[in-house]
Amino acid sequence: MSTGAGAASGTGTGRGGGTGTGTSGGSRERILARIRAAVADAPDAPEAARDYLETHTPDERVIDLLAENLADYRALVHRTDSEGLPTLIARLLAERGARTVLVPPLLPAFWLSALSSVGTDLIRVEDDPTATARELDVVDSVITGCALAIAETGTLVLDAAPDQGRRRITLVPDHHICVVRTADQVVGSVPQAMPLLDPTRPLTWISGPSATSDIELDRVEGVHGPRTLEVILLTE
Amino acid sequence: MSGTYLGMPAFPVAAKEAVGNETLRGNLRHATHTIRDKRAKAVAELDDWALLREAGKRIKDHTLRHLDRYLVRLEESVTAAGGVVHWAADADEANRIVAELVKATGETEVVKVKSMATQEIGLNEALEAEGISAYETDLAELIVQLGDDRPSHILVPAIHRNRGEIRDIFRDRMGAWGRPAPDGLSDTPGELAEAARLHLREKFLRAKVGISGANFMVAETGTLVVFESEGNGRMCLTLPETLISVVGIEKVVPSWRDLEVFLQTLPRSSTAERMNPYTSMWTGTHDADGPSTFHLVLLDNGRTNTLADEVGRQALRCIRCSACLNVCPVYERAGGHAYGSVYPGPIGAILSPQLRGIQSEIDASLPYASSLCGACYDVCPVAIDIPEVLVHLRERVADQGGKGHRLEKAAMKAAGWVFDHPRVMAAGERAASKTRRLHPSKLPGAGAWTDSRDLPELPPESFRDWWKKHHNDRKDTGT
Ligand code: SF4
Repeated sequence: MSTGAGAASGTGTGRGGGTGTGTSGGSRERILARIRAAVADAPDAPEAARDYLETHTPDERVIDLLAENLADYRALVHRTDSEGLPTLIARLLAERGARTVLVPPLLPAFWLSALSSVGTDLIRVEDDPTATARELDVVDSVITGCALAIAETGTLVLDAAPDQGRRRITLVPDHHICVVRTADQVVGSVPQAMPLLDPTRPLTWISGPSATSDIELDRVEGVHGPRTLEVILLTE
Repeated sequence: MSGTYLGMPAFPVAAKEAVGNETLRGNLRHATHTIRDKRAKAVAELDDWALLREAGKRIKDHTLRHLDRYLVRLEESVTAAGGVVHWAADADEANRIVAELVKATGETEVVKVKSMATQEIGLNEALEAEGISAYETDLAELIVQLGDDRPSHILVPAIHRNRGEIRDIFRDRMGAWGRPAPDGLSDTPGELAEAARLHLREKFLRAKVGISGANFMVAETGTLVVFESEGNGRMCLTLPETLISVVGIEKVVPSWRDLEVFLQTLPRSSTAERMNPYTSMWTGTHDADGPSTFHLVLLDNGRTNTLADEVGRQALRCIRCSACLNVCPVYERAGGHAYGSVYPGPIGAILSPQLRGIQSEIDASLPYASSLCGACYDVCPVAIDIPEVLVHLRERVADQGGKGHRLEKAAMKAAGWVFDHPRVMAAGERAASKTRRLHPSKLPGAGAWTDSRDLPELPPESFRDWWKKHHNDRKDTGT
């Protein structure tokens, strides 16, 4: 523990309020009053003009750009159509050597319809709200859909809908396969994504596998989240 | 207040030590140059960068102007979504609130995702005094915590350590905190990251309480946002039963849509990526998904003082991207520790003296720890005119001290340090002459919030004149 830093704090000299009830009334009023006094003479500051671009990407480039940017941040990108999807998923799991695969509550049934073709010992693990983090930690892979994907930034956004499951199932396993429907789930830019997302849901924006640049600013894939991210771009 | 590194020597003394340390200088130079080139490329991909920068600046200025209104709105939204909001006037109060919340859970361990605000208030030390162990989970913070060290960069707190040093810290210290480093650990970044993964996973899987900061809070929806890379943030934000977020009051933005600006400018300015690997957004509590209890502690701790300063308040626009550190010739040579605060570099030089006041030698000397080259302003994604604030704070320091005053001496020494290091000045001059034409004497389209004021003159002339004037009648200053 850092010795010199901030050693003076911690045992405050009780000034009431803030005791876990959210009613630190004295400080609330004091802070608000200080703010009002601080800006009383400040000039007007109108709301920002939104004259930046809505997108930087022409529509016809969107899917290819998504694939490029995903790959640039080391996601493994695959393309297939509905017919090819089940065997592609089965193949990716087999190549990974996965013995267990987590599935969210409502994955389209046909996605996993070819699993038996690559061996019968692959176990499906349902997303169980009572499962502990430790139980999730022994699962090999997870497969989900997404809310949408953003081409310019190479981002998948998950919103915990039934085809994606709770946030932790895409966090603890080391291998995540995410299916993106290119027909209706890909936008070009961040501003195009915002109105389509629901802030009352928990949102996770994923841009490539977990990474760190903390050691000499070298990007290393994989610290705590899934170290392998595979994205399937699904055409009709 | 806490967060001051007690006994910290004023900037020039600490800087001189750092400059003498060749490993440190090499580490810093390598790191800052790598990231600054990458940033330039990431920014160049967006041809509306200047408009995004201006929008970010205006969103922040508008929010600050009506901060009371937006904080009350935020409180309503967070409460309606199942969260509990607390208000902390200073570090002591924030620490006390958090300690009581943790104790109420009956837990004695918490996992933390990197947060400048909790470093600023010295939360880990405060919790330790209450018998609660706080585990940092960001790789760099882990390196700093295990190494009994202090962070030296906003984004990459262990930037002063190279891979060999990190290997040694992991090998020697991990065992005392939990799972030891694997035998025969090498110094490749991949192996070091793997060692951190194994060491911390244990802690994540059993954690009942998580503590975070936030990059943004949306008043309209009550949504909090954390940008990160490693997944330790997601672990802390979703696995524990109780989540406590300590966030500076200036982090609020009015609307959901405002995020679209910062989601574009922050990652590119910060890690020089189109997007960082993980961004988490949550709104209160979510049924059967993540923590069932959520507390938000809103922190003042000097921010309302800063807001009252008509020139200095723009520092509250800062989104902590650290781009200004990476281009600063003074930071590159002096390192983060010399700034004596959790906020190093150009932003630290204007923020720390405002949050803490200018009564100490270190805080009085910080506004002088600059060659005023303007590179920080050029890269700032919310257009904070750092040189303008520096000059303004210098005036405040000068006003406060009489002739021969202790604080003024500290300030003179900091200026002397910059001036007596020709390479710092030379770098500053090069940057300034390159960007001089980008510096109009008034900010274009800045609106009433800033346009009543001329920008400070740029070096080299003004700084040298200023220095000569002061240096001549003070033989004992400088180094
Ligand atoms: S002052 Fe500007 S450049 Fe520096 S950290 Fe803050 S936002 Fe980034």
